Amino acid sequence: MSFGRCAACRYLRRRCTQDCILSPYFPSNNPQRFASVHRIYGASNVTKLLQRLPTHLRAEAADSLYFEAQCRLEDPVYGCVGLIFLLQQQIHSAESQLFKTQAEIAVMKSQTQYPQTQPFRAISGSNNLLLQQSDNDANL
Amino acid sequence: MRSCSPCAACKLLRRRCAEDCIFAPYFPSQDPHRFAIVHKVFGASNELPVDQRGDAASSMVYEANARVRDPVYGCVGAISYLQNQVSQLQMQLTVAQTELLRIKMQQDSPSPPYLAPTNIFNNIDSQPEYLNFPSSTNVIQDPSLKTESIWT
Repeated sequence: MSFGRCAACRYLRRRCTQDCILSPYFPSNNPQRFASVHRIYGASNVTKLLQRLPTHLRAEAADSLYFEAQCRLEDPVYGCVGLIFLLQQQIHSAESQLFKTQAEIAVMKSQTQYPQTQPFRAISGSNNLLLQQSDNDANL
Repeated sequence: MRSCSPCAACKLLRRRCAEDCIFAPYFPSQDPHRFAIVHKVFGASNELPVDQRGDAASSMVYEANARVRDPVYGCVGAISYLQNQVSQLQMQLTVAQTELLRIKMQQDSPSPPYLAPTNIFNNIDSQPEYLNFPSSTNVIQDPSLKTESIWT
């Protein structure tokens, strides 16, 4: 049984009770984690948010709050929304490249299927040319 | 000249809305929900240059809405989904680029040596493939598509 305070209660300078809602997700060995979250959301908001969730989902929620808080601290203007914009741009760029590549494949496949030189036509064409040549000679 | 009614932030916080209220330009009184949702999720206020506050307010509204819609993952759910999409598109692009390279090499390869002059009409469908599919190291990769794990 640990008698130490969790990172949240240590930061807030209060007694850490047995049923402290924040202690499972903000252990004392990682004070920076709670500091980031508190700086962006505030302890009261974090507590209320976690209280509204079933226990088995609170760890994921705390992790995502920490991630978003870190994004907001690194980019105070856009936070993790900046990352969303970047990913959307990457999707748009990848889709454009994919469509372009698929179009090139379609063009090349059609060129392979219907090549320019046709041996049958070349021979029959040359016969026609010979015939055409003799007509021209007759007309001179 | 600003309207005399308090902005949405001051109305919710029940305080006097000063002439130079920092929230007033971004949280007008006509849209109380906008500040309410930001206040619900975000507690602290950060100091930002004036020209960036509009974007900051909008991004905070976006994040707060995402968190209210998905209290467990918030925006991180959207980020995870988009990262998956990027990975899938990158795979599809790699496959397509490999296929294009294969076709180009097939078109550039010389005629097979065993074609007999009298039988040129019989070998159109039986041309052997001299190609080897390129290894993954030769496939063109766009470095801007690489993304880090969302938890790093």
